[in-house]
Amino acid sequence: MSEPLLSIKGVSAFYGNIAALKGIDVEVMPGEIVTIIGANGAGKSTLMMTICGDPQAREGNIIFEGRDITHLPTYEIMRMKIAQSPEGRRIFPRMTVFENLQMGAATAEGGDMKADLARVYSLFPILEKRSNQRGGTLSGGEQQMLAIGRALMSRPRLLLLDEPSLGLAPLIVRQIFSAIRDLNQREKLTIFLVEQNAFHALKLAHRGYVMVNGRIAMQGTGSELLERPEVRSAYLEGGR
Amino acid sequence: MEYFLQQLINGLALGSIYGLVAIGYTMVYGIIGMINFAHGDIFMVGAFIALIAFLILVAIGITAIPLALFLVLLIAMLLTALYGWAVERIAYRPLRGSFRLAPLISAIGMSIVLQNYVQLAQGARVKTLQPLITGVHTLFDFGNRLVVQISNIQILIILTTFALMTGFSWLVASTSLGRDMRACEQDLKMAALLGVDTNRTISLTFLLGAALASVAGIMYLLYYGVIDFHIGFVAGVKAFTAAVLGGIGSLPGAMLGGLLIGLIETYWSAYFSVQYKDVAAFSILIIVLIFMPTGILGKPEVEKV
Ligand SMILES: Nc1ncnc2c1ncn2[C@@H]1O[C@H](COP(=O)(O)OP(=O)(O)OP(=O)(O)O)[C@@H](O)[C@H]1O
Ligand SMILES: [Mg+2]
Repeated sequence: MSEPLLSIKGVSAFYGNIAALKGIDVEVMPGEIVTIIGANGAGKSTLMMTICGDPQAREGNIIFEGRDITHLPTYEIMRMKIAQSPEGRRIFPRMTVFENLQMGAATAEGGDMKADLARVYSLFPILEKRSNQRGGTLSGGEQQMLAIGRALMSRPRLLLLDEPSLGLAPLIVRQIFSAIRDLNQREKLTIFLVEQNAFHALKLAHRGYVMVNGRIAMQGTGSELLERPEVRSAYLEGGR
Repeated sequence: MEYFLQQLINGLALGSIYGLVAIGYTMVYGIIGMINFAHGDIFMVGAFIALIAFLILVAIGITAIPLALFLVLLIAMLLTALYGWAVERIAYRPLRGSFRLAPLISAIGMSIVLQNYVQLAQGARVKTLQPLITGVHTLFDFGNRLVVQISNIQILIILTTFALMTGFSWLVASTSLGRDMRACEQDLKMAALLGVDTNRTISLTFLLGAALASVAGIMYLLYYGVIDFHIGFVAGVKAFTAAVLGGIGSLPGAMLGGLLIGLIETYWSAYFSVQYKDVAAFSILIIVLIFMPTGILGKPEVEKV
């Protein structure tokens, strides 16, 4: 077996004195799509942010490409080629689409910005049409594509996606999921995905984890988890 | 008529000085959401550094005015920028993430510290600089000794301000540092998630704001020839008013607000009462805060985020 790209070992994180993560163990192998599903407030977004050092883990270690990044400041972690499309998209509202993408390229030093831009535009052609429009005036789906596109601009080795399908129409959801699959299959991009839409996520992912109250309750391959009765009743029934 | 025009020129010169200081307020507010009450005192420190630099240059025999002016500008901008940087490191950064009022109180403390420091180091009495840049040009002559004039120092103030504001606007709009600054202003957390060293960007914002304030300090020194440790307070409040009037957080707003405050103050003094000119500026602050809290060019909140 090869080395994991990302390994999270016994990580706990707190907001003030309240524990949001209570000893999480997760591994992501190179080339995998790994998903985390769980109810609202389980701590999924916190885990994504803790990988990025905000909040920093109070216990445990986070290893990326063999290097302990647990206590690095956020910007240094991101410069190691981890990119996140965070919960709520967080597009810069008073910057144009193009400027938002430029911000994404901030850590791609020495790279070919034109090629990266072309790659994002071919993945999401609508962004090219909207390149001079202010981010804040895009539709929700366009903002989501921009958030993913912006994350890709740094040519990440690990892409963190937090609920990319939230609030989007089924057609757009399918478009975004097929873009994720393409990135993984064609470019061997490793993707760590948080989703409410458990059915879609587990079908897409190689492996998945179920998170409950800041702990990992179950794990397995995507199809294994889809078959589990506990998963079906809690996250799938009526929810697809 | 000639009186009106004359006041227009005086007002533009004064407003330029306020505008340069207002940029520092607006940039810092935009990026970390605090009013840097010590910024007016940074302006004062800039004026003192400039005065000392002038005296040293004269003492070592550099008296050619353009050269001296250039060197003073360089020295004052550099040293004042260091003061601005240090204020942020010492008084604001350790408090980031604590309750909202904490950095504000710290800023008021920093303002007092800077004033007392200069008072102790330089004395409480006013310092004077003999006029270095003299000469006036008559723009219009209506006969009967009714003339509109512009002095060389006014030309210098207006042109320098115009150049600096153009340069600074370009920096913010078109360089990667400027883009990082705007990103931090719009979403500090997201900027960090894209690999921006946000602490560094905030430091640079303080540095640049202080450098601009120091230029305003030099202009003030050259224009009035008299400074003391207290000038930062009144000028600071007016520049802050300018920033609020223009729309706090908005760069063009700060420039516009500065010019407007300069003009209002000048016309008020010219047509009503010099004694109450500060009252006029403060009244505007209150009126704007009540009726137009986002200012003239304040951000219209149209974004659906
Ligand atoms: N900034 C914060 N300050 C304090 N508590 C927080 C903060 N962010 C999240 N929490 C708390 O931490 C817990 C986990 O939140 P988190 O956002 O990670 O959940 P989630 O699994 O992403 O939920 P959702 O599916 O609704 O997005 C919740 O109880 C939440 O209230
Ligand atoms: Mg979440």
